[in-house]
Amino acid sequence: MSQWEPKIVAFMCSWSSYPGADYAGLSRLAYPPNIRIIKVPCAGRINPKFILSALRQGADGVWISACHPGDCHYMEGNLYASRKFALMKNFLEHTGIEPGRVHFSWVSATEGHKFAQTAKEVVDSVKALGPARHMIKKEAEVA
Amino acid sequence: MQGYTQRIREAAKRLLAEKKVDVVMGFRKGTIPFMNEPFLAKSPEQVDQLLWDGNCGINLANYLSGRKDRIGIVAKGCDSRNIVVHLLEYQIKREQLYILGAPCHGMIDGRRITEELAGKEPLQVEEENGRIRVSGKGFEESFDRKQYLQENCAICMHRNPVVYDELVGDLVEEQRDVDRYADVREVEGLSPEAKWKYFEDLIAPCIRCYACRNACPVCYCPTCFVDESRPQWVGKTVDPTDTRTFHFLRAYHVAGRCTDCGACERACPVGIKMRQFTKKLEKDIKEMYGYEAGVDPESRPPLDTYRPDDPRDFAK
Repeated sequence: MSQWEPKIVAFMCSWSSYPGADYAGLSRLAYPPNIRIIKVPCAGRINPKFILSALRQGADGVWISACHPGDCHYMEGNLYASRKFALMKNFLEHTGIEPGRVHFSWVSATEGHKFAQTAKEVVDSVKALGPARHMIKKEAEVA
Repeated sequence: MQGYTQRIREAAKRLLAEKKVDVVMGFRKGTIPFMNEPFLAKSPEQVDQLLWDGNCGINLANYLSGRKDRIGIVAKGCDSRNIVVHLLEYQIKREQLYILGAPCHGMIDGRRITEELAGKEPLQVEEENGRIRVSGKGFEESFDRKQYLQENCAICMHRNPVVYDELVGDLVEEQRDVDRYADVREVEGLSPEAKWKYFEDLIAPCIRCYACRNACPVCYCPTCFVDESRPQWVGKTVDPTDTRTFHFLRAYHVAGRCTDCGACERACPVGIKMRQFTKKLEKDIKEMYGYEAGVDPESRPPLDTYRPDDPRDFAK
């Protein structure tokens, strides 16, 4: 397993964290390449089903990033998102998903450094846990 | 409790005769013991079928969503809280309802009593002075009512209806010193692997019949997520992963709306204790946002609002 690298699905708000990733690139900052970004119009658009769906389809970790509280382009989407996520994270962990698989952050469009730093933290935390296998169907055993 | 039946019938007869309502929702005797069935009385002649005892556990609010007529409804504590949830979610209008509040003494767990009978078939169930008398061919046994309540009733803190137009019995004393979350805390103390195993074992017998969904008063979506196919959020097999996804999403979907009425567990044909999922969410919502579902008709549900001081220590 020394070759194993985690796959992380990152849901990024198109007004802050996605441009934040852009800014990290423009600033020539290095961050781990394990992240697959999915751009969403607002963090409030993220349905908890998305998180479960990512885990079911083989993601080892999920990262959600939104505008800072008070900075949402739609005034309050990130605040709804944070309530949804708080419950979701606790519930996932309560039912046996390891803490450290799902992450939430506030990254604004000018925080390239914070983006790169958080990406590194997320990848390190998922790497330490190893591959996620709980939500993936076991292959049928062939006699 | 026998007095309730009389007063429900009187009220229903009056409401129907005065044409205040088109229908009265209540219970009538079921075909098997421990199970009364929901009954909609539409004329004064039918009201004598209505009754009340400790086997009226089904949540009648389940039958309200989307109705256009005027309804008289018999509501115990949890039914009334689910009526509030329906009002908050615009499923029914308050003007349509005439609520006959039934202060509740807790519903009987017929399954546990049947187990105690060890194969003997109960034919008749009677309640008297805090005892349950069960009789059948060649036997008669008596049980202490308090010891054989449904699990959610034993820890219920809202036995009196929270909204009503008229009461059919005297208000009961609410239980105060109840530890609602002892079992949740026990699971919280386990390691991630042990937690996973705990829920794996819990839902292992699930046959994915969706009885829990159908019995649930807050499950009224026109298309349930389990039936969605593009995209398909949850597989339709009984693979443990699919079953887990179903129970996880079902519980999450009722977060902040579930009143712990126990309809899901009551309906489950294989006896899964799925309240272990919903209770964790209930506990978190109470601790983080100070909200209890269906208690206050004025305050918005927790996932429909936010506060500047919400706990956000999970965020980087």
